[in-house]
Amino acid sequence: MITAEQKPVEEIRGMIAPFKKILVLGCASCVAECAAGGQKETAMLASALRMAARMEDKDVLIEEMTIDRQCVEEFVIRLDDVIGSYDAVLSLGCGAGVQAVADMYQELPAIPALNTEFLGETKSQGLWVESCLGCGDCMLYYFGGVCPLARCAKQILNGPCGGSVDGRCEVDPEVPCAWQIIIDRLAAFNALDRLEDIYPPKKWSKKLGKGPRKIIREDQQK
Amino acid sequence: MNNGSQLKRVLENGEFAVTAECGPPKGADPEVVLKKGELLRGNVDAVNVTDNQTAIVRMSSLAACALLKQAGLEPVLQMVVRDRNRISLQSDILGASALGIRNLLCLSGDHQVFGNQPDAIGVFDLDSMQFLQVVKNMRDKGVILDNDALATPPDIFIGAAANPFADPKEFRVVRLAKKIKAGADFIQTQCIYNLDRFETWLTMARDRGLTEKGFILGGVTPLKSAGMAKYMKNRVAGMDIPDEIVQRMEGVAKEKQREEGIAICVETISRLKELEGVNGVHIMAIEWEEVVKEIAERAGLLPRPVFAEG
Repeated sequence: MITAEQKPVEEIRGMIAPFKKILVLGCASCVAECAAGGQKETAMLASALRMAARMEDKDVLIEEMTIDRQCVEEFVIRLDDVIGSYDAVLSLGCGAGVQAVADMYQELPAIPALNTEFLGETKSQGLWVESCLGCGDCMLYYFGGVCPLARCAKQILNGPCGGSVDGRCEVDPEVPCAWQIIIDRLAAFNALDRLEDIYPPKKWSKKLGKGPRKIIREDQQK
Repeated sequence: MNNGSQLKRVLENGEFAVTAECGPPKGADPEVVLKKGELLRGNVDAVNVTDNQTAIVRMSSLAACALLKQAGLEPVLQMVVRDRNRISLQSDILGASALGIRNLLCLSGDHQVFGNQPDAIGVFDLDSMQFLQVVKNMRDKGVILDNDALATPPDIFIGAAANPFADPKEFRVVRLAKKIKAGADFIQTQCIYNLDRFETWLTMARDRGLTEKGFILGGVTPLKSAGMAKYMKNRVAGMDIPDEIVQRMEGVAKEKQREEGIAICVETISRLKELEGVNGVHIMAIEWEEVVKEIAERAGLLPRPVFAEG
């Protein structure tokens, strides 16, 4: 899932200050799972903003709505009926959601209410951790199901570095050393020999080569 | 200016090599580098120049190496993969060789959060292992990454770091083997205070035949105080300082602690000299370059031999 966190309310208030009719738009997918931009968080943010406006005697219309997926055009298009009543959208979608809304309604400013963070997992209630960089060339087989790009602070493909002590990372002792986990896993699979070879430099052209990446699947197109 | 590596000649002639460290200044004054160089001249075979160590912005190691080279000293260029992508790394190798720099130490580099630019992006396009392999291919095959040919290959004696004291213990020698396979001609280790653990690592390396394939220089750092010993023990990841060392430093009066640190360092070197598979010592006297001469002298490492090229 894509994870996000809400921006400080003061920052949000600064961005929406010029507008009089604001749609606070939640998204019921990833950002709902990480409790940042789902229906509940959207309602809470909208109500906090309304209250703040009232305290300052500002005449502002703030209404909320949550759609299933802000990053999918056929869901965003459902805003057609209501969008005309507003002069700005405050989106609680991830960066992709905000941009999908901005693309669809180009005359309307789409303002981000969240900071999009990373591709990660929900580990337990209230704990999300990064586990994938979206590099476009998955290497998890070689590394026992642990991604050193996403989980090693130095992105070392031939680790561990000299700062791995007691299974902890030197950069933050709260963080487990990804390479200790890789070695433990591969040892358990009897596959440590996989690490005798030097893993070659990453082909970053798959991720960063030519601007925004695209997937084209003709079999999925009508 | 086009002479081969003196460090390489010393090692290949079976002499116990001595290198030391010179940290460039947080400023643009060349005199600081040259002064440190003068303290080391004649006392070491080569001078490692650190590359924005602990991720603190300093004069570039390449520039400081060029200054030392001009002054007639033999530099070891340290390069970290933290700040440069593969284009820049390879380009700087060519530049270093053109400047007559004949030794290189390929490193990961301290993570940027530890330094004074914590908001910097960490590049880490190559890791230190891949970097070694790239440099070796540049030198031996005359090609850069992805096989474009070089008009003139660089002339570089390639080094890598090893930390015998980090975890996982058994994997440390596998990693050493990988570094030698990747291209390391010589290895400089993390500071040695725990000689028993170092010897265990060395034995494992010997058993794999690694001491036949690469030159190993044991790293030492003279302790300035008991406080420094405790700090390094508790705060620097991958540093192994046994309690006896801390107690020994604490056991002498404050004004005698520097002398005790030097004594420990000299004793360590004496033991390293006896070990089969240790080919030299790397003295990292952090901001204390003036002590290197005394250490080298007391450890019986002076005068340094000189070997003519070829």
